[in-house]
Amino acid sequence: MENPYLPYPVRIDDITVEAEDKSLKTFKFVFLNKGDEEKYAYRAGQFGELSIPGKGEIPIGIASSPVEKGFVKFTVNRAGVVTTHLHNMKVGDIMGLRGPLGNSYPWDLLKEKNILIVGGGFAFTTLRSSIVYMLDPANRSKFGNIDVVYGARSPGMLLYKDELVQWEKRDDINMHITVDATDDPDWKYNVGFVPPITEQKAPQGGDDTYAIVCGPPIMIKFTQPVLENLGYEHDHIIMSLENRMKCGFGMCGRCGIGKELVCKDGPVFTLDQINKTPREY
Amino acid sequence: MTLVTIDKKDWLKGLTAAAESYRLFGPVKEKDWHQFEELDKGEMPDLNMVNTRLSPKALLFPQSEDMLEYSLDETRDDHHIMKEVRKDYSPRAVVGIRPCDAKATQLIKLNFDAPDIKDPYWLKAYEATTFIGMACDTPLSTCFCTSTGCGPYHEEGLDVLVMEQNDAYLAKILTDKGQVFADASGWATTSDDAATFEAGKKAAEDRIVSKIETDNLADTDLLELHGAPFWDDVAFACINCGTCTFSCPTCWCFDIQDEVNGKSGVRMKNWDSCMFPIFTVHTTGHNPRDTKTQRVRQRFMHKLKYFVDKYHTGIMCVGCGRCVRQCPVNIDIRRVCELMNSFNPTDACASQG
Ligand SMILES: Cc1cc2nc3c(=O)[nH]c(=O)nc-3n(C[C@H](O)[C@H](O)[C@H](O)COP(=O)(O)OP(=O)(O)OC[C@H]3O[C@@H](n4cnc5c(N)ncnc54)[C@H](O)[C@@H]3O)c2cc1C
Ligand code: SF4
Ligand code: SF4
Ligand code: FES
Repeated sequence: MENPYLPYPVRIDDITVEAEDKSLKTFKFVFLNKGDEEKYAYRAGQFGELSIPGKGEIPIGIASSPVEKGFVKFTVNRAGVVTTHLHNMKVGDIMGLRGPLGNSYPWDLLKEKNILIVGGGFAFTTLRSSIVYMLDPANRSKFGNIDVVYGARSPGMLLYKDELVQWEKRDDINMHITVDATDDPDWKYNVGFVPPITEQKAPQGGDDTYAIVCGPPIMIKFTQPVLENLGYEHDHIIMSLENRMKCGFGMCGRCGIGKELVCKDGPVFTLDQINKTPREY
Repeated sequence: MTLVTIDKKDWLKGLTAAAESYRLFGPVKEKDWHQFEELDKGEMPDLNMVNTRLSPKALLFPQSEDMLEYSLDETRDDHHIMKEVRKDYSPRAVVGIRPCDAKATQLIKLNFDAPDIKDPYWLKAYEATTFIGMACDTPLSTCFCTSTGCGPYHEEGLDVLVMEQNDAYLAKILTDKGQVFADASGWATTSDDAATFEAGKKAAEDRIVSKIETDNLADTDLLELHGAPFWDDVAFACINCGTCTFSCPTCWCFDIQDEVNGKSGVRMKNWDSCMFPIFTVHTTGHNPRDTKTQRVRQRFMHKLKYFVDKYHTGIMCVGCGRCVRQCPVNIDIRRVCELMNSFNPTDACASQG
């Protein structure tokens, strides 16, 4: 019998400090056992449980993309017990990884569609996974226009800066990078919160256009009316929830929002689906 | 289905024989209450109890269970690599489980034995177990099993159902697993007295006077019920002690924790409760179920609405009455069910209007 509690052993292969205040690090893991990487086949929008023996497990969105092979990456914000311990670990350390868990963004539904991505803060991880997936030469033709509004507090808090710069230069993706404020005279992108930048830059909604929105609750709250005004129906607004979790596969009962379990039925839901739950997230 | 009769004088002998090939579990008296435990050699289950204080769910889902183990000793090749803890899944039998608790096992099974994912700890223990039920002829005033899709002679989840008949037990063998146990116990004297069983069942059912109604739960809108005006009132006295969820045979929520001793550690599963504020709190401090009302509502909505809508097999309660008897402030699921089942959203709007 498969044991879904048993993590795959992994080794930390690389650690990148992502944010100027060092609160965010990206961990690149490689699997210790042959064959485990194949078993870990995932879709953008799924998450994993990072499992540190002696400390515990944390659900973290998969930041690498299904089209990247040989490793998996997660970007982790230092918050409590497990995340702080992880931030103190070093390249070469052994730990565990479970998953992939959850449902992913609805890639079948999104085929042939225009995609608007709205991200704020460090919730950009699975959005990065999605962008890399869609921009892959084998996949780009399967999607219409791609627009990305991504904001952070300051330029130094933006994740994956090298990639953002590369994407800016491409003509098959419209990047709208923004920061809340900056005193950097060389900053050549937008200044302002995500909702007003979305209002100015995002394409109109419609049957063939879906918005994927991930960010802190306050950003989501003010982005929703903007999207509604732009003509996005609630079943065309896709979000990813972050309830407290343990098992991650629908057994421990912790992450219920009504009859849905966020870890198994989600974490990705349309706003229309979320409206039908008691919204306990 | 075979019926056998067992003379009470032979009961001890039968179970002693069964103990050769099974680990036996059953209710035993501990201080003022009964508890399911592994029976020592020659120890008999105490069948004179009405029900145990805690349900027997712990037999398959221990209050605290080691799942994985590991070494943190970096001189070892396998340091920080998690392994399954070895367990004894040799045949075991629970003797004297009540039909309500056996049915509860089937409800919990929906969670731990889902079509797409299995909890190997629960499922292996379940598959290793033979359930020998004791029919219930002396219900308590808080028992309401007959209106929860269960009953004092209910057979679901049992391999053998035993009823008491003067100086003998009459045992109905319900499954192949049950037959194997009967063979091991030497229960071979067949009986054709099905009428006694039927009469016992009828009489026992008639003794259960407490009832609930659940017929409207499925059709009442989930969000309307969630927003019903009575929740603050229901939750008013609750102290969030969690007794209701820990004693309940159909509550399965758990936590996962690591425990380290020196250089070795285990990852374990511990009972948890939706009644506790930390159950849902995020690291940021945000808690989606911050108030007592929200947590009490979660418990009843899960049992009487979410579960109903998700599995279409009725409510997540077998009417054992444990939570009713043991709640320190007398919160009674029967009353809450009545409020929920009779709730009419349009009336509620009109009266607020
Ligand atoms: C689907 C999903 C995706 C996520 N993706 C990311 C990500 O990409 N990057 C990132 O930095 N964070 C992410 N989070 C949040 C992250 O899981 C929490 O910050 C983390 O669990 C905190 O653990 P801790 O031990 O440091 O905190 P503590 O407060 O010490 O937590 C102790 C335990 O509580 C649980 N827990 C506490 N808060 C949360 C929470 N908000 N969500 C889930 N479990 C919690 C965990 O089991 C944790 O081990 C995600 C959460 C979810 C549910
Ligand atoms: S037993 Fe009673 S007081 Fe304790 S948590 Fe349950 S309902 Fe509340
Ligand atoms: S909710 Fe109460 S009455 Fe129902 S099964 Fe659980 S403990 Fe028994
Ligand atoms: S985290 Fe265990 S059920 Fe969702």
